[in-house]
Amino acid sequence: MNNYQHEQSIVKVGIADLNVVNAPDIIRTSGLGSCVGVVLYNTHKEIAGMAHVMLPDSNLGKQASLNRYKYADTAIDILVEMLNKKGIRTSLLKAKLAGGAQMFQINTANDIMRIGKRNVEAVLQKLEEYNIPVESSDVGGNYGRTIEFDPKTGQLKIRTITKGEHFI
Amino acid sequence: MNYQQFSSIQLDALKEIGNIGAGNAATSMSGLIQKKVDMEVPSIEIVAFDDVMEMVGGPDQLIVGILFQIHGKAPGMVYLLFTLEEAESLVKQMTNMDGISFTPDGEQNELALSALQEAGNILAGSYLSALSDFTNINMQPSVPHLSVDMAGAILTVGLLQISEVYDFAIIINTKINDTEDNNQGINGQLLLLPSPESFTKIFQALGIQGK
Repeated sequence: MNNYQHEQSIVKVGIADLNVVNAPDIIRTSGLGSCVGVVLYNTHKEIAGMAHVMLPDSNLGKQASLNRYKYADTAIDILVEMLNKKGIRTSLLKAKLAGGAQMFQINTANDIMRIGKRNVEAVLQKLEEYNIPVESSDVGGNYGRTIEFDPKTGQLKIRTITKGEHFI
Repeated sequence: MNYQQFSSIQLDALKEIGNIGAGNAATSMSGLIQKKVDMEVPSIEIVAFDDVMEMVGGPDQLIVGILFQIHGKAPGMVYLLFTLEEAESLVKQMTNMDGISFTPDGEQNELALSALQEAGNILAGSYLSALSDFTNINMQPSVPHLSVDMAGAILTVGLLQISEVYDFAIIINTKINDTEDNNQGINGQLLLLPSPESFTKIFQALGIQGK
């Protein structure tokens, strides 16, 4: 780390992507629909990791080379590992999450259209395996969310088009 | 099938499919608003998921999206995308009504919403029927699903099935332009996202499955 104060920057997390930031930086992901934004953080160390999860289960992947950032189970494994490497024990982590909407009421036999709910369930299950407590969440509905986490305050800002902006 | 291994003949065929569909849709659109409408020559975009959102102004961008599933032998998705202003202008010209608004937290007019869905039906229907005729593969649009929200949230739905197999999408992207009037122009975007397995079927139907 640099030992001078640097200006706050916003680290962006894309779709099926993840990253870790230290205060004063904040971390953001945009346009979550059925995807789930998961934040793992520790406010004493002022550090947070965020993943933008697209699909619930890496075992469903039909890919030859798996993109581990895309799935709830593997993305959370990687986030925990990255935070562990930065000296944060898993038992000191807390979680917040948002997203998992169903944007369209599509009638289909295909389960993929109800992926939002399954993504949320998969994230919660994985966090339970790690014994990471979920401090707050804002999931479901039929609208998009852009989320921003500040590792200093532990606040997750959620912006929507129709429901305004709030913190959890 | 790997997208990156498409031959130039196959890519050209996809572009031609988009072209034929767009031509048919433009004719329908002209009838709808009684104006000449052009569709640009489609582009074939092979893009990472983040870049799909960038095609319409980024994941945060507020858009009006109408989604159709394609039923039949070559499944996939079709999106019609408009800005708020474009959607308002289109419906205004269809209905001759004033005060059309698609602002999501404002007062949305039921009639305006159904007029836009109907326009979507006509456009997607004529687009896909041209594709069906050309390829001899049956493709039917579902009912329209309309949402006014963030581009990221709307477009991810069309990427889910692809994302089980790939980390990028192949999109046949067509811009719709009204040629007569630049201020009150009808502009929009039509995206065709075939499911991964549909490419093989389309290429087989056209006799260009080989390299």
